Amino acid sequence: MEYFVQQLINGLTLGSIYGLIAIGYTMVYGIIGMINFAHGDIFMIGSFIALATFLVLTTVLGFAFLPVVLLIVLIVSMLFTSAWGWTVERLAYRPLRGSFRLAPLITAIGMSIVLQNFVQVTQGARVKPLPPQIQGGITLMEGNTENGAIVVQLSYMQIIIIVTTLVLMTLFTLLISRTSLGRAQRACEQDRKMASLLGVNVDRTISLTFVMGAALASVAGLMFLLLYGVIDFYIGFLAGVKAFTAAVLGGIGSLPGAMLGGLLIGLIEVFWSGYFSVEYKDVAAFSILAIVLIFLPSGLLGKPEVEKV
Amino acid sequence: MSTVSTNVNPENSFQASIKDALLAAFLTGVLGFYFLALRTDIAPGGLAVTTRWGLWFSAIAIVFAGRLLLNLFVWRTDKPVTRGLLSASAGVGTALPDLGKWLGRALFAFAVILPFFFIIFFPGQQRQYIDLAILIMTYIMLGWGLNIVVGLAGLLDLGYVAFYAVGAYSFALLSTHYEFIGFWTALPLAGLLAAFWGVILGFPVLRLRGDYLAIVTLAFGEIIRVVLLNWYEFTGGPNGISGIPKPTFFGLEFSRGEGGFADFFGLEFSTIHRFVYLYYIIFLLAIITNIVTMRLRRLPVGRAWEALREDEIACRSLGINTTNTKLTAFAIGAMFGGFAGSFFATRQGFISPESFTFLESAIILAIVVLGGLGSQIGVVIASIVMIGGIEMLRNIGFLSQIFGPGFDPTQYRMLIFGLAMVLIMVWKPRGLISTREPSAVLKEKKKIGADMVAQGEGH
Repeated sequence: MEYFVQQLINGLTLGSIYGLIAIGYTMVYGIIGMINFAHGDIFMIGSFIALATFLVLTTVLGFAFLPVVLLIVLIVSMLFTSAWGWTVERLAYRPLRGSFRLAPLITAIGMSIVLQNFVQVTQGARVKPLPPQIQGGITLMEGNTENGAIVVQLSYMQIIIIVTTLVLMTLFTLLISRTSLGRAQRACEQDRKMASLLGVNVDRTISLTFVMGAALASVAGLMFLLLYGVIDFYIGFLAGVKAFTAAVLGGIGSLPGAMLGGLLIGLIEVFWSGYFSVEYKDVAAFSILAIVLIFLPSGLLGKPEVEKV
Repeated sequence: MSTVSTNVNPENSFQASIKDALLAAFLTGVLGFYFLALRTDIAPGGLAVTTRWGLWFSAIAIVFAGRLLLNLFVWRTDKPVTRGLLSASAGVGTALPDLGKWLGRALFAFAVILPFFFIIFFPGQQRQYIDLAILIMTYIMLGWGLNIVVGLAGLLDLGYVAFYAVGAYSFALLSTHYEFIGFWTALPLAGLLAAFWGVILGFPVLRLRGDYLAIVTLAFGEIIRVVLLNWYEFTGGPNGISGIPKPTFFGLEFSRGEGGFADFFGLEFSTIHRFVYLYYIIFLLAIITNIVTMRLRRLPVGRAWEALREDEIACRSLGINTTNTKLTAFAIGAMFGGFAGSFFATRQGFISPESFTFLESAIILAIVVLGGLGSQIGVVIASIVMIGGIEMLRNIGFLSQIFGPGFDPTQYRMLIFGLAMVLIMVWKPRGLISTREPSAVLKEKKKIGADMVAQGEGH
């Protein structure tokens, strides 16, 4: 029981990170109908920016009060990663708008290769370990098993991750449902041509979608860095594929779906590693993706796709 | 771009160009700050940040100057210097069907004599060049195999490398476990097994379309790789399988001394014989792939593939069994991938899951798409440009004289590969050679293409 609760907490934490990345996928897919393959690498870029900012603040400038440092890191990495998201869209996707479907997917794969190798070349291929910054936690349960005492702990790190995700999700849902930007976005999602006829600046709306997706991915990058303490130039690929799986599982195009899918994927992965085998945890996530798509192509919360002739 | 005014377009003024270049430079500064100006490294006592302001400023300067020059002479001017180039390439485009045919014949003729060409004209580096030719030929074959799935049937497969892996592991396992199985007996078996896997993986994903299919095939590719990596007892895990036998020439081994190939034909022993032989094997396999594809295109199943690519709903309403059509495309594409895989295994003599990453799938797909979907000659050109060009980077010595002795061009290979993918796609979204005409086509031109309909146009 204790083991189960602990895994549940871990799964929800990991799932929050996947969910934050998945929102970027689901929004972009909703608005221009393409898989932004480079989104996972934007997440990786975000975590590198967060790491460098953190180091500059603590070692070079000598800030010591952790909450302020983390807040600055969060804001700075959101800003800089957004610039990356914007640039990727501007360079690789906008020139191909209106081209055939495969074209932006190919440039997205190309961009993913470019980003990975750019970071590898400029920052080196070795992993960057950051010692744990936030330690301690709340002990929820204590129990005894035949292997000895087991303590269920909700660490402060996990609390921060889950709370931040909740806050961002709330802000984000409000942004989509209440502001003119969100309205423009929903309009473009339904019919891009009609939206542009009605005076919505479609290019700007799409750019902002990428910017928002990148900002959320950078938050995920920061949390990944704090939670695992190790990043390298390759973390974007797996995290990206799993986040995309989450977006599909929740129903692509649906924001709550992306979050729900992220949590489910996180739970599946953690429980699979906890009870079966760590080696095959990725296989579990990918199999879920295949099974969901085959039996429930529109995902858990998605609208079924109507085939136009 | 398309303004025909006689006055100077305000967009094209010098100030506008400068402003645009400044913006680009500013953006470079923002993007590059954390990657060019700062670098985190492992240092004693944790991570340390080092600064490289010189690199950062030179990147900004290069972007500013490059953008300004492009603005002044290409993008924001009424008389772009590249205009002559563009009209020339348009002329080439119209003459292409003929040119393509002749280019194909010329390339074929060159490919036939290629090993001897290198032996005669580049005696010092023959081995290296023939090896590169084998590599390019492998990618051509893989490209042609994937072209059946993506180019003809229009099914986007991001996990093609799985079949390549199945072929390679089938041959490696069969030949290392059973003495009597050599390359030539294992080759058809590997192809069959890969085709079998193509059907198995094809079945569940048939209902999916477009991007979903792409992501599920990607997932399958990764599943196969993870299984190969972790099923230690069977596949050797990350250590892979070594000691895979080399192919023999009707039972003659390419070894020194009695009973070898050179001994039998009374030639002087040379390691180059084996490379030439390997080259001809992959050349033959690639040509078979090409011929089979060209023939299949004229058969009902090929027509069905093309119909499926153009419009799946119309296809179904005309009574074409889309399930079977998709499965045959998957199986035949996978079979050629399997052939290429077993060739890869025998050439390397060693395989491990590291050779079958997603990147490999991406490279093969890039070759197909950059060459122009469905175009056979396009695959050849794209393979030569992408693989040959990238491998050539290894040999560029003068760059290290410019950038100093610490400069290693190989680490930039994939960066340049990715950039080339993006740039070629943006420049020519239809691929370098854009012939995607169906073999059988109604004489009347459609008002609007099927791909536009798929994007919501023309309802």
